[in-house]
Amino acid sequence: MEGRSQKHLALIIARELASQLSTATFIADAAGNLVFYNEAAEEILGRTFVEAGAMSAEGWTSQFLLEELDGSPMSLDRMPAGIALMEQRPAHGKLWMTGLDGERRLLSITAVPLFASATEFVGMIALFWQSSPDDA
Amino acid sequence: MRFGGNTPCVEVRTGDGCLLILDAGTGVRRLGARLDEDGPPLHVLVTHLHLDHVEGLRFFAPFWHAERELHIWGPPSPLHSLEERITRAFSPPLFPIELAETPANVTFHDVPHEPWEIDGVRIDAQTVSHPGPTLGYRLSLNGSSLAYIPDHEPVLGVELADLEPEWISGHALAEGVDLLFHDCQFSEAEYPSRVGWGHSSVAHAVDFARRADARQLVLFHHDPDRSDDGVDQLVDRARELWRDAPGAAPVAASEGMTFDVS
Repeated sequence: MEGRSQKHLALIIARELASQLSTATFIADAAGNLVFYNEAAEEILGRTFVEAGAMSAEGWTSQFLLEELDGSPMSLDRMPAGIALMEQRPAHGKLWMTGLDGERRLLSITAVPLFASATEFVGMIALFWQSSPDDA
Repeated sequence: MRFGGNTPCVEVRTGDGCLLILDAGTGVRRLGARLDEDGPPLHVLVTHLHLDHVEGLRFFAPFWHAERELHIWGPPSPLHSLEERITRAFSPPLFPIELAETPANVTFHDVPHEPWEIDGVRIDAQTVSHPGPTLGYRLSLNGSSLAYIPDHEPVLGVELADLEPEWISGHALAEGVDLLFHDCQFSEAEYPSRVGWGHSSVAHAVDFARRADARQLVLFHHDPDRSDDGVDQLVDRARELWRDAPGAAPVAASEGMTFDVS
């Protein structure tokens, strides 16, 4: 098995769950790499996962333009997904995101860290949906 | 009866006589009766704690002989150690005697995340898709290997053919092994009404083995209600699906069956 990469079962099950949901879902591994998003997320992110592919943390945070509600740039440590990854705690919030199709959308995001055991952090799952711009 | 009779237990012996035991279903009782009361330490690798896989442990002779050092390896839950979990099976109302009251010289081990060795055999354990914390094992020695994944539903709601290997539960355990023991509880017709039960159809078993390039597939964990003829039909179907894949044709596990992996 030397050198064989295998996703943690918790991520595999999370992906299988996400693939059955109509709620946009985004999954990252413990290193912050984007490893999957589902069809509902494709509608919002503006590109299919097959086209976009897996991305490093630096890759997805730069590809998707993320802004605070006042339009200022949002840093990773302010994003719900970033908080779930870096602080390993659940987080919820709203932000503006310009997807890969160039559309700017107001999103509500709830992100939850995934722990296989009390000490084994394996990644993060974020559910998000589009909000009315009036809610900004 | 040609198939069935005991719940899962596989005896693995190396050329040097090292003994490793995979699961402690009812079959382990008969194995224990053949073992000396003293001797080298014994290692039992448990995949999970569903009763059919640990039911024999309470009747395993070495548990009742303090002279024999016994090591039980298996999965912790996210919150409880293996020892805490197995202790429940050794307590009323499931059993009349508490674990602490037995003479067993036993040590419980939560399986490590990294591979480890027992008597020169490299052991890899990974969690696999089945309800509750469940492991598959890969045993490797001198270039030979076997994988044991007796309870496994490798995909849920998606097609195995659509997934990259790293996203297939258990794939790394089974990749390129000489011998793969794999769940084959259901026929393809039965599976749709049993999705999520944690077991495979014959098509899953063959697809998984082929994706992993296993050299021989042993169909395991027969449905208790399956007749011998019914198991034969699953074997026929497995061979039909296996077609021209390299390696030996699939077979169904049976009591006392032996394989030489070298």
